[in-house]
Amino acid sequence: MEFIIIIISAIFVNNVVLSQFLGICPFLGVSKKVSTAVGMSSAVTFVMILATIVTYLIQKNILDPFGISFMQTITFILVIAALVQLVEIILKKVSPALYQALGVFLPLITTNCAILGVAILTIQKNYDLLEAVVFSGSTAIGFGLALVIFAGLREHLDLVDLPKGIKGTPAALIVAGLLAMAFMGFSGIV
Amino acid sequence: MSNLQHFTKGFIKENPIFVLLLGMCPTLGVTSSAINGLGMGLATAFVLIMSNMVISMVSSQIPDKVKIPSFIVIIAAFVTIISFLMEAYTPTLFLQLGVFIPLIVVNCIVLGRAEAFASKNKIIPSILDGAGMGLGFSMALTLLGSIREFLGSGKIFGISLFSDNYGMLIFVLAPGAFIALGYLIAIINRIKKA
Repeated sequence: MEFIIIIISAIFVNNVVLSQFLGICPFLGVSKKVSTAVGMSSAVTFVMILATIVTYLIQKNILDPFGISFMQTITFILVIAALVQLVEIILKKVSPALYQALGVFLPLITTNCAILGVAILTIQKNYDLLEAVVFSGSTAIGFGLALVIFAGLREHLDLVDLPKGIKGTPAALIVAGLLAMAFMGFSGIV
Repeated sequence: MSNLQHFTKGFIKENPIFVLLLGMCPTLGVTSSAINGLGMGLATAFVLIMSNMVISMVSSQIPDKVKIPSFIVIIAAFVTIISFLMEAYTPTLFLQLGVFIPLIVVNCIVLGRAEAFASKNKIIPSILDGAGMGLGFSMALTLLGSIREFLGSGKIFGISLFSDNYGMLIFVLAPGAFIALGYLIAIINRIKKA
């Protein structure tokens, strides 16, 4: 039951993009086509789960026992940066097809605040390892869901005749606001 | 470019939020009130100035291959310092900004200025560039925060201007952030063209 609550609240109620405002840069940046949105969100899912597990283990086994949890920010960002590089190298070697699909998105992920944000939130919420995996996985799904829906909307938005000043980013932001309003409808569930 | 121009370009011409569209996460996440926006802006400005200063001093010594990771470590160090300072002196603000304080580290503005400006320029222009960008960022955040607070609850910086009952709550909540910023950028686009 607890897992179901974590999953639903991470995907719908506290959607990482639309209500927590993490990962806005890729949300606005790579949402012009549905296909790139799908690629980006699968890369994010992959890295987010991996990064949460690794940072969780580091926090519990190194930072906490030695009382150096103030090093959290520095450690986590370095671990994530290294991890992304590692994933890139391994993927290139092991599965060139997957690398072709995700490769361009991987360097962008280091500065995706959703990854670092989820790693820090997991520690703040005092989850155990299994809950952390479920939480990061469903957060990533929530990110993907928002990104793909938004990309679909933007593909249509391009065809609309808008006033000059509002075309582009302002229109995208206003549409994102309406999407966030729709997601607020889920807020009573959990 | 003169030193004065390095300082003032961040205010309007290259404003990080309205023109460069960088650092959107804190922009939308913390601007539910004017004071939160100002606090976040000043914290980011501190990190920008200090990291620009240090990076402009050491960047000639850093090999190209490890440039970005070393920049990130320098930035993360200053983020840790500012988060300690805020926890000690402004604990309520610290709690309200929450996860967005450690996230200054992945704010594109900070790394962007380090890479694009501080690593190529001398120390004085780099400090001015950081200060200008930081102030431009703070102004944008405070402006957006004031608008949202005013529309949402009728207050600016906690001072009541009209009764709470007429406030449009949606502007304090998540969707209002997107909508307010969208219209603000549209207005600025319009002014720039005119």
